Amino acid sequence: MSDPKSLYQEVILDHNRKPRNYGELAQATHKAEGHNPLCGDHLSVALNLEGDHIASIAFHGESCAICKASASMMTANVKGKTRQDAETLIQEFRDMATGQIDVEKQPHHLGRLTVFAGVRDLPTRVKCAILPWHTLHAALHSVADTSTESENDPMHAPIGDA
Amino acid sequence: MSASLSALKPRSVPALDVERIRADFPILKLRPGGKPLVYLDNAASSQMPQQVIDRLVRYQTTQHANIHRAVHTLSEIATAEYEEARRKLARFINAREEREVIFTSGTTEAINLVMHGHGRKFICAGDEIILTTLEHHSNIVPWQMLAEEKGARIRVVPINDAGELLDGEYEKLFSERTRLVGVTHVSNALGTVNPVKQMIAYARARGVPVLVDGAQAAPHLKVDVQDLDCDFYAFSGHKLCGPTGIGVLYGKAALLERMQPFKGGGDMILSVTFEKTIYNVIPQKFEAGTPPIAAAIGLGAAVDYLSAIGMDAIAAHEHKLLDYATAQLARMPGVRIIGTAGAKAAVLSFALEGVHPHDVGTLLNQDGVAVRTGHHCAQPVMQRFKVPATSRASFAFYNTMAEVDALVAGIRNVQKVFS
Repeated sequence: MSDPKSLYQEVILDHNRKPRNYGELAQATHKAEGHNPLCGDHLSVALNLEGDHIASIAFHGESCAICKASASMMTANVKGKTRQDAETLIQEFRDMATGQIDVEKQPHHLGRLTVFAGVRDLPTRVKCAILPWHTLHAALHSVADTSTESENDPMHAPIGDA
Repeated sequence: MSASLSALKPRSVPALDVERIRADFPILKLRPGGKPLVYLDNAASSQMPQQVIDRLVRYQTTQHANIHRAVHTLSEIATAEYEEARRKLARFINAREEREVIFTSGTTEAINLVMHGHGRKFICAGDEIILTTLEHHSNIVPWQMLAEEKGARIRVVPINDAGELLDGEYEKLFSERTRLVGVTHVSNALGTVNPVKQMIAYARARGVPVLVDGAQAAPHLKVDVQDLDCDFYAFSGHKLCGPTGIGVLYGKAALLERMQPFKGGGDMILSVTFEKTIYNVIPQKFEAGTPPIAAAIGLGAAVDYLSAIGMDAIAAHEHKLLDYATAQLARMPGVRIIGTAGAKAAVLSFALEGVHPHDVGTLLNQDGVAVRTGHHCAQPVMQRFKVPATSRASFAFYNTMAEVDALVAGIRNVQKVFS
């Protein structure tokens, strides 16, 4: 079990203090609201798809540091990427957070997002890290609302012990 | 509206020998992550002393059989022990009669029992139920379900900025349609001790029965249901150093007898034909099926343990812890104490400026300090204070001043990480 302290690394604290792409997005083509009823976290993700590319993306909401930093790094990572690449990252991030892939041994495209790998040892916090990604997925599929508890959530299916 | 402090500040009682008490609790020897466990989540669930663990083992290894059924010796022993546990619980809350103590799975089931057994029988369209802002969801949701089913109405006593029920507002909510008052004795989210005795007197003078949610009160102060004169009093075993899956609904015998059963099944009947079933007398009428026998006996041992220490001494020690912790946190910049009622018990809810409670909880956990973070199943309280959640330290008689210091050091560390 890795040191859970590693979760609160400087990069995460920095993104929490100064979240990137934070705010509203005028005339978004896609958006979704996400919330975690267990802890009251909620955030919205809005983006503009130009062709198949995410031309711009923004998020805002109220959440813990893990959720906010995850959202901030997510937006920075998927901006400019294709929808397919974003979906790949969503899947890989989810697999990392739920311990289904070991980012040190298996191939992935997560880059610095691996700072969130430690969350797999904190089952109650997995949802905090995943919520922005759920919401992005919902936005890309134009699902109006997503929730870590909702059965309508397209990614509700197995998310580990969280 | 503030509760009488005399109920909380007991007469001079001998100080607890906390180190000796701690030796009774094997789990307190744990060192999660190499650091001593500082368990400050007692409002969620308390820990179990060896005496209760031993009692469970003795029951399971030498006394177990089903109760109220067979004529064989083991069944007779198990039945006697189970009923002895009921006697202990009746004494613990000073019930008039043992049959006024109904074993339930916990406070939630006890409240649901009152809702189904009393509420569904006696509350009709247009009737009103008075609750308070301080209620736990388990004393809100059952009444909403009933209100929806019957077309009844829920009225809510508001609170002030300290987390106390607003003076005079409770009385104003009464009307000729008031049929029940549901009030928590001690707020689980804020620690506020409500002036339940006065509230009960006011309601009873108008013929309105009162259900007291005692989940947070029973572990921390001496409960006397005859002195309170409440109609129903509900509490849980696992917050009282007992096992999970067991709790108590106290009800006045006359009321319980008029109520309809909540669950149907074995043990709650006198005779069954397909034409007609005759229900058993109380308390069996409300204990359908095989109850959690071991858990009930374990809870009996738990209240023996607490009574031997003395609820007055327990309350006095916890007050010292609360006062000390409150003074420490009040001095810390960036810390906001949520819930500053004049009368409080063993709960300290707080918010750190700029830090979400979940991050507080995770970081404190790394220092071995276990607190609860979240809305504490009391979302109306969170909405009143305009916070999504709080961090909550809740004390038991086995906690020490040094553990309060560990909490304070842990909070400083959280602030450093987020500075």
